[in-house]
Amino acid sequence: MSNTITTPAAHTPPTTRSAPAAPKQRRRTIAARKRWTGWGFLAPFMAVFVLVFIAPILYSIYLSLFHTRLVGGTSFVGFDNYARAFSDPVFWGGLLRVSLFLAIQVPIMLGISLLVALAVDSGRLYGSNFFRISIFLPYAVPAVVASLMWGFMYGRRFGLVGQINELFGWNIPDLLGPQIVLASIGNIVTWEFVGYNMLIFYAALRVIPSSLYEAAAIDGAGQWRVITAIKIPAIRGALVVATIFSIIGSFQLFNEPSILQALAPNAITSTYTPNLYAYSLSFSGQQQNYSATVAIIMGLITMVIAYIVQLRGMRKDV
Amino acid sequence: MSKKTHRRLLAGAALALSATLGLTACGGSQDPSEAAAKGGELTIWAWEPTLKKVVDAYEKEHPDVKIDLVNVGTGNDQYTAVQNAISAGSGGPDVAQLEYFAMGQFELGGSLAELNEFGADKLSSQFATGPWEGMSTDGKVYGLPMDSGPMALFYNATLFKKYNIEVPKTWEEYAAAARKLHEANPKSYMVNDTGDAGFMTSMIWQARGKPFTTNGTEVDINLNDEGTQKVTKLWQPLLDDKLVAPITSWSDEWYKGLGDGTIASLVTGAWMPANMETGVAEGSGDWKVAPMPQWEDGGKATAENGGSGLSVLKDSKNAALAYDFLEFATVGEGADLRISQGAFPATTKDLNDEKFLNRKFDYFGGQQINKVLSESSANVVPGWSYLPFQAYANSIFNDTAGKAYISNTSLSDGLGQWQKSLETYAKDQGFTTK
Amino acid sequence: MAITTLRPATTRGRGKLETPSQPKRNLLLTIVTGIVLVYSLIPLIWLLINSTKSQADLFSTFGLWFGHDFNFFDNLTRALSYDNGIFLRWLGNTLLYVVVGAGGATLLAVLGGYALAKFEFPGKKAVFAIVIGAVAVPGTALAVPTFWMFSRLSLTDTPWAIIIPSLISPFGLYLMWSFAKDSIPSDLMEAARIDGASEFRTFWQVCLPLLAPGTVTVLLFSMVATWNNFFLPLIMLRDSDWFPLTLGLNQWNSQAATAGGQAIFDLVLMGSLLTIIPLIIAFLFLQRYWQSGLSAGGVKE
Repeated sequence: MSNTITTPAAHTPPTTRSAPAAPKQRRRTIAARKRWTGWGFLAPFMAVFVLVFIAPILYSIYLSLFHTRLVGGTSFVGFDNYARAFSDPVFWGGLLRVSLFLAIQVPIMLGISLLVALAVDSGRLYGSNFFRISIFLPYAVPAVVASLMWGFMYGRRFGLVGQINELFGWNIPDLLGPQIVLASIGNIVTWEFVGYNMLIFYAALRVIPSSLYEAAAIDGAGQWRVITAIKIPAIRGALVVATIFSIIGSFQLFNEPSILQALAPNAITSTYTPNLYAYSLSFSGQQQNYSATVAIIMGLITMVIAYIVQLRGMRKDV
Repeated sequence: MSKKTHRRLLAGAALALSATLGLTACGGSQDPSEAAAKGGELTIWAWEPTLKKVVDAYEKEHPDVKIDLVNVGTGNDQYTAVQNAISAGSGGPDVAQLEYFAMGQFELGGSLAELNEFGADKLSSQFATGPWEGMSTDGKVYGLPMDSGPMALFYNATLFKKYNIEVPKTWEEYAAAARKLHEANPKSYMVNDTGDAGFMTSMIWQARGKPFTTNGTEVDINLNDEGTQKVTKLWQPLLDDKLVAPITSWSDEWYKGLGDGTIASLVTGAWMPANMETGVAEGSGDWKVAPMPQWEDGGKATAENGGSGLSVLKDSKNAALAYDFLEFATVGEGADLRISQGAFPATTKDLNDEKFLNRKFDYFGGQQINKVLSESSANVVPGWSYLPFQAYANSIFNDTAGKAYISNTSLSDGLGQWQKSLETYAKDQGFTTK
Repeated sequence: MAITTLRPATTRGRGKLETPSQPKRNLLLTIVTGIVLVYSLIPLIWLLINSTKSQADLFSTFGLWFGHDFNFFDNLTRALSYDNGIFLRWLGNTLLYVVVGAGGATLLAVLGGYALAKFEFPGKKAVFAIVIGAVAVPGTALAVPTFWMFSRLSLTDTPWAIIIPSLISPFGLYLMWSFAKDSIPSDLMEAARIDGASEFRTFWQVCLPLLAPGTVTVLLFSMVATWNNFFLPLIMLRDSDWFPLTLGLNQWNSQAATAGGQAIFDLVLMGSLLTIIPLIIAFLFLQRYWQSGLSAGGVKE
């Protein structure tokens, strides 16, 4: 452990009022010591955090105020990049797309997760343990592998979809076509995270005191009433947290479309999501400055929305 | 950071000046063979699989030289990596494999060592026109060609015979054959295409179009010239009537489709045979190679599709040694080694070598395909050039022109959108457009 | 719903007494939930089945049933030995990144969460806000600047480029904060201090054991995140010798998409299977810990 706590023996606590007696003085010294002890434990985290988060973000902001050209070098352009982003149809297209994705996929995924969590918690399932583990398994699968697998299966000619079409004479439409590919991506993301969210909800359900249930039983409450009046309100915190993380994940959508892009190059453009846009600006187009701008705007939008959700969802402090 | 800005300003302000500065900044020219005798270390970034044996052979001949051959990705992945290393000012290789269309980006950025000082310009006659022009600009040589991709028509002869289709010699015949095939068997298509920048530009090349011209910092893009229009007029009906398989090249569906008759032909570069042998084992014996279909009866024009060479980066501390390796790999022993592994040469000597031409390929039913491919190489339309940011241009092809493959946008309009996007990018990067 | 009913043994064949804490098993619910189960498992079953097929069979046989030959062991040996056994190297790399990266992340998160939960110090609110806000930052905003920074420090293309960024887990910090708040009574800490224990000893001997379930949870989730990390290695690493499994699989998959490249989709599938097995095993064995750990933040009795 590299962390060492030094008790600041010579630390004089700032006194705002006169110290009346020795015990109080000692308490204040202890309090002062505690004040900086906290930092001591936090220091390792914060040190790496500054290096890995703060520095790059500051540098990103710096980059977003400049413009480097293949011909002409770098120059300071102030907020020009931001102005460009605000009138950039490609950027707004991507933003609208992830917003649409969010509005549909997140409720569906969390809805399924909640239902399964409730089902497992109700104790009415045969082999609930098996359910819990199996539905959670997809979380352990890397996005790369998940996208590869589903990509293989979506194939209309030789993938599972094509084979099912042949076998049953159905005509499942091209899941990688421009109209549906967003939903297909949504399917992959849902598949990956349904179990994870289910587990968060389930864990929250598990700590509901049984006294509440007993009271409900005495009142003669039915199963549905128990769910709506006791269970769901009790896991409000978990619901909000899961929602926030899902929203953030949706806004940052990158892995799955990026890997499926090879299979559907016309449907999944290099500007499909804002993150993909920022990535291709940076790595294909060498337009670091504009890329940084897009990323910063996305970050701000995400933070604002996550904050709003948190405010509305939590009536009391976490 | 300041170092990068400094270099960029130089490159932008006076390209010629920066090139000359680069020559002297290298620390003076050393004799390559002396450098090789002295020894040293080289880092090479390349994806070409045939290079492994070349590196081994070189190290054996020059025991004091140690080479680290790294595959950092194919095509665009490689260029991103190289570009990042150059911009960061560190971490880059001595030698990088670059496809011909990507040369412009690095030449413009002043990132490549000029090889004239090592005598590279004297090698011009040893290489085929297309590849040589791809690696040099205005007489300045920035790399040596490794392989080439003169185009030809690869077709499933068994399938053609089954449906009584004659090998098309002109594009008109090709279109008619496509129609005939698809009518006879709705599950079969003449060719696949979901939007491929390389294919489209090569087609325009063969049609004698010149959509991209660069003059210093002036860039002219015209994706509506005569050559381009010829291509779109040919291709549009094929798309409209769904005669083109909506399968993306290099996908697993594509490999399968080539093997089971879904895709009956490919118009692509001479490097295809190696891929077919490994990836489409099922098709062995069914396929044959014919000259690329022509726009005029009796015509002989072709184009290149793909192909790459090796360049030395300006930042390299071992430029002379690197150049010695380049020569070895492209015109020396290394070239023979690669060809024996199936690479398609860019050197005129090998393209005309008897043994090479007479080699019978089992996969193609014993056909001497190199004769067709070599002739194609000799007929490449000269004078073609790519954009200084072609790698980027290709990466946004599907975003723009790709619309023509999934909606009612015409290919012509799609290319127009591509042109607009490219012009916007060019201006953003400080170029002037007409 | 009746509270206590003596149910005749013939109804369900189970004859259990139904109480609020022991409701009867419902077949319909099981079947309906079973749909989600099937949904979750089908791709994994698909993967398992198709990893037994040869490349040719992959494309010619039905996706959810076996091919003509059973090539599992053949695929296995080929995957492990392809390209001089680079898969094993990738596996080693991934283990390195996970042990050092996720292990380190857990350590930092435990320390930090402990601090946030049990101490008052200036700037605490700001820290909290910034760190949690950091979760909302898109990876791309950080990618290029981090890459450039690490380039200057000559850290790119080394394991450090992966490990150092992996050490920060804002979610882990949040989880530990939440857990520490609930599971460490302040009186216990005071008692230790009065006894003269240093802060460090207090933490190490008194509090850390109490934090065990939370720690294991954070460890497991950090492990998953590091094991499955794709974007970060994608931009940081050039030399395939340092690739984690995710990047390696991606390279194998796109190997087909290059002139002169060799399609090895069968190895991609086998590799994918091998990649997910360790994590699954880890989760199965450490079940009881992370489940109690996740209860942090819930309502306490």
